[in-house]
Amino acid sequence: MKHRSLVVLSIVALLATVVFSASLIAGQQRSAQPAAQPAAQPRPAAATPARPATQTAAKPYVVPKTVDGQPDLQGYWGNGTYTPLERPQNVTKEFYTEEEYKTVLKTRASGEDEQTTPGTTADVHYDFTQFALDTSQSPIPLNLRTSLIIDPPNGRLPARVGAQAGAGGGRGAGPGGGGGRGAGGGAAAAPAGGGRGAAPGGGGGANNQYDSIQNMPIGSRCIIMGGSGPPLMDAGYNSVYQIVQGKDQVMIVTEMIHDVRIIPIGDRPLPPEQLKQWIGMSRGHYEGNTLVVETTNFNGRRPFQGAGQNLRITERFTRVADDKIDYTFTATDETTWVSPWTASVPLTKEKGPIFEFACHETNYGPANILAGARATEKAAADAARK
Amino acid sequence: MRNRLVGLVVLTAVLATALSAQAPATYRAPRTKDGKPDLNGIWQAINTANWNIEAHSPEPGPMFQLGAAYAVPGGFGIVEGGPIPYKPEALAKRQENYKNRLTQDPEIKCYLPGVPRAMYQPFPFQIVQSPKHIMMSFEFAGALRTIYMADQTPAPADSWMGWSNGKWEGETLVIDTTGFNGMPWFDKAGNYASDTLHIVERITPRSAETLNYEATIEDPAVFTRSWKISFPLYRRIEKNLQLTEFRCVEYSEEIIYGHLRKPGTGPAPTR
Repeated sequence: MKHRSLVVLSIVALLATVVFSASLIAGQQRSAQPAAQPAAQPRPAAATPARPATQTAAKPYVVPKTVDGQPDLQGYWGNGTYTPLERPQNVTKEFYTEEEYKTVLKTRASGEDEQTTPGTTADVHYDFTQFALDTSQSPIPLNLRTSLIIDPPNGRLPARVGAQAGAGGGRGAGPGGGGGRGAGGGAAAAPAGGGRGAAPGGGGGANNQYDSIQNMPIGSRCIIMGGSGPPLMDAGYNSVYQIVQGKDQVMIVTEMIHDVRIIPIGDRPLPPEQLKQWIGMSRGHYEGNTLVVETTNFNGRRPFQGAGQNLRITERFTRVADDKIDYTFTATDETTWVSPWTASVPLTKEKGPIFEFACHETNYGPANILAGARATEKAAADAARK
Repeated sequence: MRNRLVGLVVLTAVLATALSAQAPATYRAPRTKDGKPDLNGIWQAINTANWNIEAHSPEPGPMFQLGAAYAVPGGFGIVEGGPIPYKPEALAKRQENYKNRLTQDPEIKCYLPGVPRAMYQPFPFQIVQSPKHIMMSFEFAGALRTIYMADQTPAPADSWMGWSNGKWEGETLVIDTTGFNGMPWFDKAGNYASDTLHIVERITPRSAETLNYEATIEDPAVFTRSWKISFPLYRRIEKNLQLTEFRCVEYSEEIIYGHLRKPGTGPAPTR
């Protein structure tokens, strides 16, 4: 992580434009390098729900406790993954074999090498592996599941409310679903929402997204990026978190845009309905060794898989090994889905520390893009006058 | 006898001085489970330092359209012992900053506020304290400081909020911060430092609901000597209070990008 982060630091100046990769990434390339180490050599993981429950662990894991006697979740964690939110249509089983999984990893990792077209500007700007922007730069937890969704059992989103019977469950989200790389945006002339795993769920910009900054995707504007949650989802790259537990508070720091969520623990009245936030408002409690967090009060401006203000997220954090937290979330919104659904997104230990990601402060990309759009319009107008 | 009396008087005076110097430390804060003063909670400064850390008279705000609502209240300042010891050329830059404050103050653009400004902006911040890390989460711009109580290293890179290593000296949390990038200002009046800024803060509980905050500021590129600021921090005691999001980037966008808006779309640029 340290190495990766230093690499990331070294490109902080680039990040503004890198954020924009969203607008280009959908059809984007990169040189065909071999998959990075972690993908090629998945680390062994403890026996957890991420693996078929056929093996029984020799010894039950003793969860460490904080000084306050709570299950200790503290440290640096990552959730980068190549496992898609929804089970691919051509896959019918819940788990891959390890052999199959390795093949899937390799395919996906090498796919990251081919996201831009060789010889294009995008190809020069967005060399993901070189700039540590590919998922495989971080440790990827071994996850034999064929989808992050574990309920419904078919591994796919439940049907949308009001959708025709048999229409299937929602759109096919990319890996990470909730925002992906750069959180939305389409290629130059394309409609918004073309980014990997982005679409409306990532807060894509409006059509005419180069008319003004307000039309651009929220990730490109450094307002919030995918991954910060809730729920915590692979952000495409740099999906790194720090958990700190104080007295009656749990803080989750997302490295991307130094996003902080502080979860009060214990009985509290529900937050006032009028107070809405991008990240909602969270309440936490412990159930045995599990931290349970309920979040409501979303402002709906960053719809999650199509759900807005009525979304409720219940997260469960259970440390199952020194280097692993089982993390599941259940998304409920009776106005969006016919039933709640649950996904499992394991967190794996990262090396700290995490660094300040000052995104907005050096976000030169939007100014250059808007200026480019104005120049293009002027050139077209000049040409039309001739 | 006379000598002994004098000696007693001197001894008493010395003792009294020693005791009075320690007087603020007579308050003993509640402890965390690992025995350290418990700083957990939501805190906020109540002063006018974010307008100007030096003593200042009331004055109109930079935009007459905002009338009395955003005019500047006067204040005693938080700088100890007179004006900030700027080098002459640095003072000139401060005056330049002041002139251009409406467009150049990083706060107006929702940039990370830096240290010490984050500590006295008119927004609450929350301390989440663990044995290894003391986290300070600021409502303004979602700024974050990590005070490393363990795993301490020199600053690995420059940043807006600096790199902070901390230690306990009795009741006092002492924080040593370097690794600044020289971008933040100290206030709306244009006081500033460079990337050689070095700040040592001392945070000492003085009652269940107040902390003493003081900071020694040195920056050989900007100041002729080190100098100090001090002010109290007050606990926000409202029941069930939480920090709320102040994701201010979008509030600053028209200032930063409005001149690049496609003509005829949306609101007129504000500058």
